[in-house]
Amino acid sequence: MATYLEFIQQNEERDGVRFSWNVWPSSRLEATRMVVPLACLLTPLKERLDLPPVQYEPVLCSRPTCKAVLNPLCQVDFRAKLWACNFCFQRNQFPPAYAGISEVNQPAELMPQFSTIEYIVQRGPQTPLIFLYVVDTCLEEEDLQALKESLQMSLSLLPADALVGLITFGRMVQVHELSCEGISKSYVFRGTKDLTAKQIQDMLGLSRPAVPIQPGRPLQTPEQPVISSRFLQPVHKIDMNLTDLLGELQRDPWPVTQPLRSTGVALSIAVGLLEGTFPNTGARIMLFTGGPPTQGPGMVVGDELKTPIRSWHDIEKDNARFMKKATKHYEALANRTAANGHCIDIYACALDQTGLLEMKCCANLTGGHMVMGDSFNTSLFKQTFQRVFNKGFNGEFRMAFGASLDVKTSRELKIAGAIGPCISLNAKGPCVSENELGIGGTSQWKICSLDPTTTLAIYFEVVNQHNAPIPQGGRGAVQFVTQYQHSSTQKRIRVTTIARNWADAQSQLQHIEAAFDQEAAAVLMARLGVYRAESEEGPDVLRWLDRQLIRLCQKFGQYNKDDPNSFRLSESFSLYPQFMFHLRRSPFLQVFNNSPDESSYYRHHFARQDLTQSLIMIQPILYAYSFHGPPEPVLLDSSSILPDRILLMDTFFQIVIYLGETIAQWQKAGYQDMPEYENFKHLLQAPLDDAQEILQTRFPMPRYIHTEHGGSQARFLLSKVNPSQTHNNLYAWGQVSREELL
Amino acid sequence: PPAMPGPPLPGQTVAGPPAAQPNHVSSPPPPSAMAGPHSGPPMRGLHGPPPPTHPAQPGYQMQQNGSFGQMRGPQPNYGGGYPGTPHYGTQPGPPPPPKRLDPDSIPSPIQVIEDDRSNRGSEPFVTGVRGQVPPLVTTNFLVKDQGNASPRYIRCTSYNIPCTSDMAKQSQVPLAAVIKPLAALPPEETLPYLVDHGESGPVRCNRCKAYMCPFMQFIEGGRRFQCCFCSCVTEVPPHYFQHLDHTGKRVDFYDRPELSLGSYEFLATVDYCKNNKFPSPPAFIFMIDVSYNAVKSGLVRLICEELKSLLDYLPREGNMEESAIRVGFVTYNKVLHFYNVKSSLAQPQMMVVSDVADMFVPLLDGFLVNVNESRTVIASLLDQIPEMFADTRETETVFAPVIQAGLEALKAAECAGKLFIFHTSLPIAEAPGKLKNRDDKKLINTDKEKTLFQPQTSFYNNLAKDCVAQGCCVDLFLFPNQYLDVATLGVVTFQTGGSIYKYAYFQLETDQDRFLNDLRRDVQKEVGFDAVMRVRTSTGIRATDFFGAFYMSNTTDVEMAGLDCDKTITVEFKHDDKLSEDSGALLQCALLYTSCAGQRRLRIHNLSLNCCTQLADLYRNCETDTLINYLAKYAYRGVLSSPVKAVRDALISQCAQILACYRKNCASPSSAGQLILPECMKLLPVYLNCVLKSDVLQPGPEVTTDDRAYIRQLVTSMDVAETNVFFYPRLLPLTKADVDSDSLPAAIRNSEERLSKGDIYLLENGLNIFVWVGVNVQQGLIQNLFGVSSFSQISNTLSTLPVLENAFSKKVRSIVSMLQMQRSRYMKLIIVKQEDKLEMLFKHFLVEDKSLSGGASYVDFLCHMHKEIRQLLS
Repeated sequence: MATYLEFIQQNEERDGVRFSWNVWPSSRLEATRMVVPLACLLTPLKERLDLPPVQYEPVLCSRPTCKAVLNPLCQVDFRAKLWACNFCFQRNQFPPAYAGISEVNQPAELMPQFSTIEYIVQRGPQTPLIFLYVVDTCLEEEDLQALKESLQMSLSLLPADALVGLITFGRMVQVHELSCEGISKSYVFRGTKDLTAKQIQDMLGLSRPAVPIQPGRPLQTPEQPVISSRFLQPVHKIDMNLTDLLGELQRDPWPVTQPLRSTGVALSIAVGLLEGTFPNTGARIMLFTGGPPTQGPGMVVGDELKTPIRSWHDIEKDNARFMKKATKHYEALANRTAANGHCIDIYACALDQTGLLEMKCCANLTGGHMVMGDSFNTSLFKQTFQRVFNKGFNGEFRMAFGASLDVKTSRELKIAGAIGPCISLNAKGPCVSENELGIGGTSQWKICSLDPTTTLAIYFEVVNQHNAPIPQGGRGAVQFVTQYQHSSTQKRIRVTTIARNWADAQSQLQHIEAAFDQEAAAVLMARLGVYRAESEEGPDVLRWLDRQLIRLCQKFGQYNKDDPNSFRLSESFSLYPQFMFHLRRSPFLQVFNNSPDESSYYRHHFARQDLTQSLIMIQPILYAYSFHGPPEPVLLDSSSILPDRILLMDTFFQIVIYLGETIAQWQKAGYQDMPEYENFKHLLQAPLDDAQEILQTRFPMPRYIHTEHGGSQARFLLSKVNPSQTHNNLYAWGQVSREELL
Repeated sequence: PPAMPGPPLPGQTVAGPPAAQPNHVSSPPPPSAMAGPHSGPPMRGLHGPPPPTHPAQPGYQMQQNGSFGQMRGPQPNYGGGYPGTPHYGTQPGPPPPPKRLDPDSIPSPIQVIEDDRSNRGSEPFVTGVRGQVPPLVTTNFLVKDQGNASPRYIRCTSYNIPCTSDMAKQSQVPLAAVIKPLAALPPEETLPYLVDHGESGPVRCNRCKAYMCPFMQFIEGGRRFQCCFCSCVTEVPPHYFQHLDHTGKRVDFYDRPELSLGSYEFLATVDYCKNNKFPSPPAFIFMIDVSYNAVKSGLVRLICEELKSLLDYLPREGNMEESAIRVGFVTYNKVLHFYNVKSSLAQPQMMVVSDVADMFVPLLDGFLVNVNESRTVIASLLDQIPEMFADTRETETVFAPVIQAGLEALKAAECAGKLFIFHTSLPIAEAPGKLKNRDDKKLINTDKEKTLFQPQTSFYNNLAKDCVAQGCCVDLFLFPNQYLDVATLGVVTFQTGGSIYKYAYFQLETDQDRFLNDLRRDVQKEVGFDAVMRVRTSTGIRATDFFGAFYMSNTTDVEMAGLDCDKTITVEFKHDDKLSEDSGALLQCALLYTSCAGQRRLRIHNLSLNCCTQLADLYRNCETDTLINYLAKYAYRGVLSSPVKAVRDALISQCAQILACYRKNCASPSSAGQLILPECMKLLPVYLNCVLKSDVLQPGPEVTTDDRAYIRQLVTSMDVAETNVFFYPRLLPLTKADVDSDSLPAAIRNSEERLSKGDIYLLENGLNIFVWVGVNVQQGLIQNLFGVSSFSQISNTLSTLPVLENAFSKKVRSIVSMLQMQRSRYMKLIIVKQEDKLEMLFKHFLVEDKSLSGGASYVDFLCHMHKEIRQLLS
């Protein structure tokens, strides 16, 4: 172990875990003085090429309140065939299958390199994945056509045995029956009426059919659930049928000024349908909508064209009359969906807002995707949607379902909460803290849908009392147990066990300081900030962030009183203030110039991406291309904008290519087409190629902006850079005039 | 079933003849002059029995032992030679042996019908004269419209109205008109002309809004006209001005139907349309029950097959090439299935709505389509419906949501229309309008009997109101295997002007012809939609009560979502002032409706009646058939609110008063013991008795509650001809038919004693045809008609007569098919063998006989009436 940087990186690669502190302050008091809480970013299903799953059940600690999984940190008595749980110190017998173990014949889970291990277990019946399309038909002809094509295309991307279903909605909601031949059948619901799950199931005929019990025949074994739903059929059986059905979809025919869009009821029916047929089975409800819900429960805007959809201004003025009710509707749905282990994706494509603010919980609580675009007829939507079905390195879909994350801690630690696309499973236990950060009060969370990059922030509390010191060299341990349904429909359990050293903050502060992971800390603090911003006034959150930063600097900075220039932060803290500066300006905390939908959209993605992506979101990356050298990252600062440079900015949501003034003039003059200026052509091409690379891999696909000095779209760049040079920075910063630079 | 004698009529025990009916035909009466040319003077009828307490009454020598009757021998036939013939009642003579009342001597419906046929059938009935009594409904005659509406459109109980309300009250003769606004006419008569007054619409009286008609008086050289109804003077609009000739008639009198004819139509302007918008063409929606019963019996397949061809025969307007009517399809059991049959689709699409609690129409485009454009899609749908539900196990049905669905569909399409609902069972599935089985025969003859006729929930009344507002008419075809509560299910149909057809225990083999014929006729017949009818009268009388299949939201306007050519409305009038003999009384019936092509029209029928100060004039100008139509409808409505017995008693008492009033005021003085009937009303007792013992008012044990409700509703919209034959069925001796001519054999009276064991008879009442075969019928006849060699081999399950190549078979079949054509419903053919079980059913229709359910025989009833009258007179 050379440096902490390497240590951090190794840990992340092996376990998918990044802690804010990698040496832990040993008492509650000290921990609170560290300002940044002890927390980690956990990527439960981090892609591990070198991690073949083992095909047996994990061995659990026999103490009912513990049930920790046997791991490399456990002490093992090979002769007595006993092991001691490193969390509760219970001594456990090995199961009979482990009779042959010895120092030289150890099972994988005891080897240090398997601090993360994955088990494949045989539990219950395997049910295929389910994809339920919920399609808005209140679209412009062109949009609908594009959407239909995307949906038809997607059928070929689904696993062959996956079950698919189709619900369309406009003024009415139609649930299409897919099994029938000849005449196409659908069940139609009024878009204005909220129905209970029971009513929906009754009306769809999903209630247990009164099958006469035939005497002499044994009752059907309950392990084989009858896959009888006429609404969900294996894709290989009905893809032709469904392709035709999609092809015949028409725009909602009812004559209205504003389309009547029954999104609320459509979702409710989709949720009810899956709830009745396939509870606790991996399923995606994929909502495609081209506008805000305008009628029925969950309506976001009235059907009068003269009243526009709510803005932040309306919300502040308490003038958004549908918002609370709609939010409540979608929250109830999201909670039910999550309870069933299903997830809801929202693909919203419209020029105006579509109600993501109200509907966000559907995706946030269930781990579903949220995609926002201008039109279904854009490559942004088309490619993003296609990527939902991307496959990983081993040819498996990058999606997993119905996961539950169980966190176990050693005694000195308690769990304060989690922030991410999850809901609480309300598992109270000895390791649950009373202080909540994020979704707290539990040691287990449900993540209905996740992919290899889905990342949760988990916050801990050190509870060790100051007067009960931990013995020298003691280590704290945390175990993450993630049970999930793999895309191959296998049940799997991934167990990650990590340990960190305790240190006394008074005597060993430099150790703790050196083991600070400022990137992780920035993201963890940002998640807390964004989480608070959802429920608190924006300025309060900013003040809180500022205060935290000041306190951190106070604690770890070195300075002479009244001498600003003497201020120093050690290397492990050096970038942190910068992250906070950009975070303050980011759309996650600033709503100015963003619609409520956009804010919801940005926050949704921020709460689930891994550390690297999150950092890009906080502080966009800026590359410069010029004749002066190879492409290089430059400061996100207005001083980086130079006439003879091409800039490439990646904000995660946008990729901006900006041609400096001179470059733009050259391009206009057509130099790139002259053979003698081929190098200019290459210069122009280089950022495009790099941008393509990002565009190819990112989910959701970023908005691609190609602009130049003075172009209207240049605002995307200008709004992100640090305005160190502006026309009025004299007045803004009280410094000497530097107008001559402009 | 064993006969269960009902309660005896009041007085029956006192004056009743022996219960045994003769089963032979009595000897023919001696020839004598029949009803003479005079119509006014009292006709001398019978002697009534003397009250036992009056032994000294003269002239009753022949009546002893409490039984009454007339001497056979010297007694002339009933009605025989009444003008100037001696009063038999006072005829002295030796007391003959006690005899029963001779059935031949009492007024015979057959005779009256025959007389009217021969007297009035040859000349056309010209309507130019005020207050003319038209020929009977049983007479074939042509009508020439010369200013009054044809009796095919309007018939009155009396064509001479008492001038004062006192007179009317005294006589108790109801003043009523039976109106059939869209009646079908024989091909020889012309349909009402269509008058277009352009943008300003029809010319109307400023005050009472009566429409221009032949009775309006043009004054001031034609610049104004005085309303014949309210006397208000109205300016003639400039475009309508015309000079008058020397008689005060407009010069264009004969060019304008509204000035010279009793019936005509106006083209309505947009002011007469809902929401000030011209209506769209109406729509027909076929709504088919696809529950287990319907599928199993083959009904669903039958309907679908039939619709394929039937859709080409939707009503068309005049000479239009194709019907403007659009069609839609719904199937249902516990849930509803709508079908998208848009022409551009390769396959129909089914849309299931299971939210029956809150019905809506799931599609707009493609539900109601033009038959020709969507022909292939519709055909494909009709092919697939029976297949789709072939394996259904759903037995429960909904009903109200089906109507709501149709209603919503018409609302969405902004048009009027008709729902054809084919339904099999009591709707017990959880839904609005869900019903319970509440049939309870124990209620019969109790005060609660009326509840059997009332709907069990008011839900359907409210639904009916909504339907009427939209112009959504509901025709109901019922196929019950058990009680399905016609009284409730029929509410919407009834109030929207629709028709109910009921096929109990429907079996494909025996009932399909009848059902298909009914369906074809029902789909094809002329029909108007979204209709409002108002009857205006000249000052002095006023329309006060209405009977029929319609809805009224106020006291004057009769609203009908649909009105077809068979539907009749009976209107009762009351005095509110004095009438004058000079000006008479005028009726104007205006019907605003949407034609089958979506044209908004006004049909106007005008009728002028005389007024009288003498009661005799009233009695001389009455029409018993119309009177019975009114009385039956009045009584049939009464059962909804009063015990059935009270209704019967009220009927008897009213008729007794009518006849007593005549006897008292018009008949020449005669013995009190004599029953004297007015010429025009001499059939009133026999017909009234038929009404009294009809299934609604006196049910036999085999009559189901549903049957009674069904009959009640049917009768309520019947016209005079239908009530006539319904209450007094036509009985034809087939063996007497002349096989070489087109004519029907002469009808005989409905009594078992008129039947001969050696003959075959046909009886029809508008709903059923019975062919009764006597036990002694010649084998040859049986062979000819049934194709079997002996009486015992005749199957009584036949629903049609076998097609055999011989004159007798041909004749009988042609009679049957002719009768089938005549009636608005296809009559079920039932073969009855004498002394067979089914004969009981047949005997029920021999209405002159005592009925098994306790209905009096004609003779008994006449005596009873006589007694009632005598009580009133004394």
